[in-house]
Amino acid sequence: MEGLVFDIAHLLAGSLVLVSFMMLYQDRLYSLLNVFAFHAVVLSLSVAWQAYIQDAPHLYVTAVIALIFKAIIIPLSLHRIIARLGIHREIETVVGVGPTMLAGMGLVALSLVVMLRATAEADPLAREDLAFALSVLLLGLLMMVTRRNAVSQVVGFMSLENGLILAAAGAKGMPLVVEISVAFSVLIAFIVIGIFLFRIRERFDTVDVQTLDRFRGEKR
Amino acid sequence: MTMPSINAIALVLLIPAAAAALLALLPGYRLSARLNVLASFSTLIAALSLFVEKPATDPYFLVDDLNIVFIVLNTFVGFTTSVFSASYIAHELETGRLTPTYLRFYHAMYQVMMFGMNLALTANNIGLMWVAIELATLTTVLMVGIYRTHEALEAAWKYFILGSVGIAFALFGTILVYMAAQPVVGEGLYGMVWTVLIDHVAAFDPALLNVAFIFLLLGYGTKVGLAPLHAWLPDAHAEGPTPISAVLSGLLLNVALYAVLRFKMLLAANTQAITPGPLMALMGLTSLVFAGFMLYRRRDIKRLFAYSSIEHMGIITFAFGMGGPLANFAGLLHMTMHSLTKSAIFFAVGHIAQVKGTQKISDIRGLTETHPVLGWGLVLGVVAIAGMPPLGIFMSEFLVVSSTFAREPLLALVLVLGLLVAFGALMLRLHGFAFGAPTGSTAPVEASYLPMFGHLGLVCVAGVYLPPAMVAWFQHIARLLG
Repeated sequence: MEGLVFDIAHLLAGSLVLVSFMMLYQDRLYSLLNVFAFHAVVLSLSVAWQAYIQDAPHLYVTAVIALIFKAIIIPLSLHRIIARLGIHREIETVVGVGPTMLAGMGLVALSLVVMLRATAEADPLAREDLAFALSVLLLGLLMMVTRRNAVSQVVGFMSLENGLILAAAGAKGMPLVVEISVAFSVLIAFIVIGIFLFRIRERFDTVDVQTLDRFRGEKR
Repeated sequence: MTMPSINAIALVLLIPAAAAALLALLPGYRLSARLNVLASFSTLIAALSLFVEKPATDPYFLVDDLNIVFIVLNTFVGFTTSVFSASYIAHELETGRLTPTYLRFYHAMYQVMMFGMNLALTANNIGLMWVAIELATLTTVLMVGIYRTHEALEAAWKYFILGSVGIAFALFGTILVYMAAQPVVGEGLYGMVWTVLIDHVAAFDPALLNVAFIFLLLGYGTKVGLAPLHAWLPDAHAEGPTPISAVLSGLLLNVALYAVLRFKMLLAANTQAITPGPLMALMGLTSLVFAGFMLYRRRDIKRLFAYSSIEHMGIITFAFGMGGPLANFAGLLHMTMHSLTKSAIFFAVGHIAQVKGTQKISDIRGLTETHPVLGWGLVLGVVAIAGMPPLGIFMSEFLVVSSTFAREPLLALVLVLGLLVAFGALMLRLHGFAFGAPTGSTAPVEASYLPMFGHLGLVCVAGVYLPPAMVAWFQHIARLLG
């Protein structure tokens, strides 16, 4: 039984890293959103499994938030925004798929080396969980760096945040996990959808962040 | 004081929270501006009462000798900035840069921000501290974008993206600290309580603590504005309303630094973990030298002083990184002096930019002739921030340099180089906008000079005389910081 518990947790966390890689090479916005929704579903399963094995009912709340908010509400509303802005055809990559994937692999290797070495004495389940979480975090960061579209940067940020939730759920008995996931959801809901996209659209008729770069503060 | 739970900490937090709710509902900016001042003043009084009676530590809140200084400084500058804001914001309404609705939002957000910062400073729980710093960041992002110009949106977006990455790193670091604590302290709440952590940190796994500190330093360091993670800072300062620039420079950077200091104390108490000092000293020194050179190329007056903030946060981080009683003392003093001086400068700059209708340095000339009070106030502020004797910043910089010379002469050379480079840049620019043939509007300003000269007066006095009680207090904290 011990072995099976460990294997399922491992499988789910590992899938999350894999789905992060899938997001890296999506160059259409709609497919990116679909993969992100899948990412959120995998996170939710992973957190629910942690809730079951740690016997920590409050983690189910986090899992449900991830499922409803990140796998359904956010992708749906981003879909609508993209449709309304008419940018669904846009293909956007700053760096090619090949170099991005290579960089991604490098980051995963880095996080495994760092975390597995640093946590040599910790509980093996938590240890691998942390290593995977750091990988997801760094891959999200990579995605934010390699995209120039505001929507996909936000998706990158949300996948980064999924990595954090995975880490928090894996740390046994950590307090405030639910509060943190709520805080993050509020952050995303408020800032991203409510204000920025509307304002950016209102002013530029595009959500391409490179348009913003033209107005660099001092080159007036 | 009927219930034991209503203590000074609760007041410091509840007043801004209640004021924020009230300000969000009230129309009419005159009333809101006054209420904002009143709320900030009551928070200051509540903070001062912490000196008299220290509330008991519980798993969520903590007041010790270290954070009282931060809380009082925070609420004091929060109060003076609200006074400045009241005279500043009416002009923004007249020129149509802000609508009444946005103004209502602005005042509510101001108090939410004060709430977030006070919560971060009083938190004993590292998770709560993280949530509070996130809240303060979020509100400032909204405030930076409030003018809704291209530049303001770009600044807010950049701040949001970089700030979120910093926040994410800091949370990962916090989780790692909990992971390190969990085998020793046990599962649950106490694994995140700072006072419990510091008692048991000697038994934590050093490798995990090391990784955690790197993440925390990078995460909160982004918020401190340390190079190379500073990219958001100049834009956010330049494009938001000036009261927010003053609060960002004077307070929010300190709050983030406070978080770094708390974790530094944790690491220092574990003998097997890396010594956190050299890392901080390195980042501080890099920021100082980098910002010193960047000062020369500035064309926007608020951006100029934003880079000067990076420079000074670099000096402060360097001083705390060097450690030891003298350097820590200098760091604390420098932090206080910088907060006071930099916010005073922003008060002056705010009115100047309003009357001249521009922030471009090349369009601002001869201020001492057209607006003598503002002009000379700014001259005094810049002279102070550049570190001329006998003002307060000179004294703290002198202490940093002399303590470094005694221990690491090579680092001291780099430090002095950075200071001189920045000094030259500031003097050059000062000469440009303060003297010479006047340009631009010469219309009189309706300004409240009290906050500006209040701060500058304190800085001048501190340069020649520090109250013995304050010196003793700072020395005590300097020993605590190790």
